[in-house]
Amino acid sequence: MGKVLVVTSGKGGVGKTTSTAAIGAALAQTGQKVAVVDFDVGLRNLDLIMGAERRVVFDFINVAQGDANLSQALIRDKRVDTLYLLAASQTRDKDALTEEGVKRVIDELRDRFDWVICDSPAGIERGATLAMRYADSAIVIANPEVSSVRDSDRIIGLLDSKTLKAESGEGIEKHLLLTRYDPARAARGEMLSVEDVLDILSIPLLGIIPESQDVLKASNVGAPVSINSTTSAAAAAYIDAARRLCGVPVPMTRPTEKVSMFGRFFGRRAA
Amino acid sequence: MSVRPTQAIRFKGRSYFSLTLAPELPLAEWQNRLDAWLERSPGFFSRNSVILDVRDLALDKDGFLTLLEGLRERAVRVLGVEGGNADWAGPDLPPFMPSGKDVRTPDSETETPVEACVGANRDEAQAPTLATTGNAIRHASPLFIDSPVRSGQSVLNPDGDVIITGAVASGAEVVAAGSIHVYGALRGRAMAGAYGDETARIFCRSLEAELIAVNGLYQTSDEIDPALRKKPAQARLKHGMILVTKFD
Repeated sequence: MGKVLVVTSGKGGVGKTTSTAAIGAALAQTGQKVAVVDFDVGLRNLDLIMGAERRVVFDFINVAQGDANLSQALIRDKRVDTLYLLAASQTRDKDALTEEGVKRVIDELRDRFDWVICDSPAGIERGATLAMRYADSAIVIANPEVSSVRDSDRIIGLLDSKTLKAESGEGIEKHLLLTRYDPARAARGEMLSVEDVLDILSIPLLGIIPESQDVLKASNVGAPVSINSTTSAAAAAYIDAARRLCGVPVPMTRPTEKVSMFGRFFGRRAA
Repeated sequence: MSVRPTQAIRFKGRSYFSLTLAPELPLAEWQNRLDAWLERSPGFFSRNSVILDVRDLALDKDGFLTLLEGLRERAVRVLGVEGGNADWAGPDLPPFMPSGKDVRTPDSETETPVEACVGANRDEAQAPTLATTGNAIRHASPLFIDSPVRSGQSVLNPDGDVIITGAVASGAEVVAAGSIHVYGALRGRAMAGAYGDETARIFCRSLEAELIAVNGLYQTSDEIDPALRKKPAQARLKHGMILVTKFD
């Protein structure tokens, strides 16, 4: 039986899809079977980030409504052969998802994969609540800025009340992934510090992903950063986060002290 | 003979709070003080009836009746008598009460309206002890919240206090009929005494609230003294204004 993870944040643009792809790829590279599932019906992106946009034939809605079976809809990654994508439908909207349909697809995925990673849409409406509904644990993505942190706090509240795990009284496991962390700006006090964010959200930290050009470059070429540029700091942070998910105690590297070094490092690479 | 189903009589439990008036010896002098005080607060007893506490007076029946008569002349309505001798009971006398429980506001400095009235006598040791209020109901049913209150969540206790061991996030809301205690940071909204209680207070370990309100009077975070930000503090009403003070 696999583990169902939801990647969620409330706010848009904080890195849910990028993180889903990067963590999915990092887990798959260890040989585990991973399915990444796009729940953003109508605004799908995960296929682009995974570089599979031209291979989508059937999507989540087709499977949920019984028009296709799961094997037809799952797209195997060309680089990591234990990594699969279930794309969202771009032409439908989120009302096309039903609770029963989602449950059936998730149950089937859970049987076939070690990890099922659900990329939640932004917001707190139907799409987001369905994405988290059947999850065993959640990765809450936040940027170190107040609006993102507040939205994440709202999402944690929903995770604690609207998921099946929460309703059964078991409680849902939650991890914080702090993305787009810019050590230089944090040092100048232009961003919330890691401590501030942890203090407000009070859930365990899974990792800190530094703001990096490599993430953007990887997205543009349609490859998760953890496959495309494995030597970058962002990729290393995602790989560490994935190992922590598997229960490996990896020490947390906080990019705060190495401000100038990071600056020079990235400065050279970008040039 | 027809059999009729017996209908049970229903009783409901309900708590009220009442003031207790405890006269002191010598009674003549106490009555003079009461007269002087009534001159300044003439309508007080038309709004508040009292329980008469005679435990410390060592009265006999005649003395008790004289005391009651004296109070009646001053239009003090006696709801019941505490500490009296059961032999004194009579159909035209107030009922005798079992011992009540004192409820006091935690801070003796509180200027509740009742204490404000008594205030003139406060320096004198023999001032009538109008053991004031607080709200017995409030102590009866606090709501304990052991998890952080997240943005968008709302916590409501229409009967009493709310006690939160974690933080209250920005965008969260806590509403209580009584006081609100937050043993973490208060970053959202807190509304104490929301059903009308000017003695309600808000306590928190770190004041970062978006809005605090007591008995319908509110302050937004802009109006809260910046010096108190992120400090342990309490908010209460004083002279119809919200007063926020720091704990040292």
